[in-house]
Amino acid sequence: MHDTYSTRLIVNGKESTLALDPAVTLLDALRDDLDLTGTKKGCDHGQCGACTVLVNGRRINSCLSLAVMHDGDAITTIEGIGQPGQLHPMQAAFIRHDGFQCGFCTPGQICSALAVLDELRRDVPSHASDDLLAIAPTDAELRERMSGNLCRCGAYPNIIDALRSVALEQA
Amino acid sequence: MKSFTYQRPASVHEAVAAVHAIPGARFIAGGTNLLDLMKVHVETPSHLVDVNRLGLDRIEPTPDGGVRIGALVRNADLATDERVRRDYALLSRAIVAGASGQLRNKATTAGNLLQRTRCPYFYERAMACNKRTPGSGCAALEGHSHNLAILGASAHCIATHPSDMAVAMRALDARVETVGADGVARTIPIAALYLPPGSTPHVETSLRRAEMITAVTLPPPCGGIHVYRKVRDRASYAFATVSVALIAHPGNGAAGASRLAFGGLAPAPWRREAAEALSGAASPDDLADIILAGAQPTAQNAYKLALVRRTLSASLAQAAHIQSEGARR
Repeated sequence: MHDTYSTRLIVNGKESTLALDPAVTLLDALRDDLDLTGTKKGCDHGQCGACTVLVNGRRINSCLSLAVMHDGDAITTIEGIGQPGQLHPMQAAFIRHDGFQCGFCTPGQICSALAVLDELRRDVPSHASDDLLAIAPTDAELRERMSGNLCRCGAYPNIIDALRSVALEQA
Repeated sequence: MKSFTYQRPASVHEAVAAVHAIPGARFIAGGTNLLDLMKVHVETPSHLVDVNRLGLDRIEPTPDGGVRIGALVRNADLATDERVRRDYALLSRAIVAGASGQLRNKATTAGNLLQRTRCPYFYERAMACNKRTPGSGCAALEGHSHNLAILGASAHCIATHPSDMAVAMRALDARVETVGADGVARTIPIAALYLPPGSTPHVETSLRRAEMITAVTLPPPCGGIHVYRKVRDRASYAFATVSVALIAHPGNGAAGASRLAFGGLAPAPWRREAAEALSGAASPDDLADIILAGAQPTAQNAYKLALVRRTLSASLAQAAHIQSEGARR
């Protein structure tokens, strides 16, 4: 039996205290300990983005983070973003614009998409920013900022359509 | 992952003491590189010392007009800091040229500097790698070396340092502040942080055992036009084959490069100050001759010789264009 560490996570507004082996990733804690299987394990190496969640409002790869390092953190997964019948506008936009086929990458895409719009509001620059001091939500910006989320079905153009439509709704 | 124990120290001194006292202990910051390597058993620490909550996440002005960046400042926060975007645009540009939005939110300043190579033979435990297993040989020399080093490497290792951020830090003359196992602080110029591989490529930096980076400082802003131009195998989210960090000052001659550093070429950010000294009178090819002196490419990465010249020319043209437009970048 390995040592376990008491870890308090506030996931989608609900507090849980788990006794965790330190080697458990945040992704595995969400899926296996909290039964929140909306967050997907794709590559498990931070390359595909399927595991993207929001931690204290910011997107990270949950596969490349230890759950014990998130003691006290507020985590939002796809289950906390919307529910059937009460979709978040970003989820509705993905459906409206056909932003997925198989759906495996979609929870990560949607968490990432919400963070992208927040990062644009906070003036976080990207490789596509022409002017570091005047950042605008162009399509080139949206594409660059979503490059950490792979979609093997190739729904990329429609994913960008979904982001653009929500960005315009919010503008 | 191999099993390990975990500790969240209350201070830097407690952190370095713990790593010093426990065999196989390591610091963990963002974890984006270390955990990746632990999953493939290239890294097998016995104990992790979590340095995330030690208050090292601030960006502050220094008395001389520069800036001190806490070791735990996230890459995204550093690239977004208004002073950095305005006065050290090169650094902002380099950071956002690397990784993905998710990784930049987690990866830290010190962790970025200390990230390990992405040489495929370092990752693959079935293959020889002197960096991973000293004395085992280097499978890359006769293997897939498409994106490995052409400069500063050795017969024992041709791995590159993968960071974009470090290339900008090198051009900006960053200094690395540390605290040692004995609790004593010191400062290392970034030029002296990375050691040449020689016959000991597993010894990558001048940091001593249990020495911890606490901050990186930048000297006062040097002005000029800042360009970070990165060439890679796809448009986004890939390591550099060649990158150029350029600061150009108007009136500094035809080539106009007052700072010049390269990524993707060597075991550390590659800078040849002699090229900058020459810059006023030199053509881009003259500069490249100095940059590339002593290059030892493999058959698979000799393309980088031409790519350095072209990327340097394109970077200088980009700086001239920005200058002619009077645009701020």
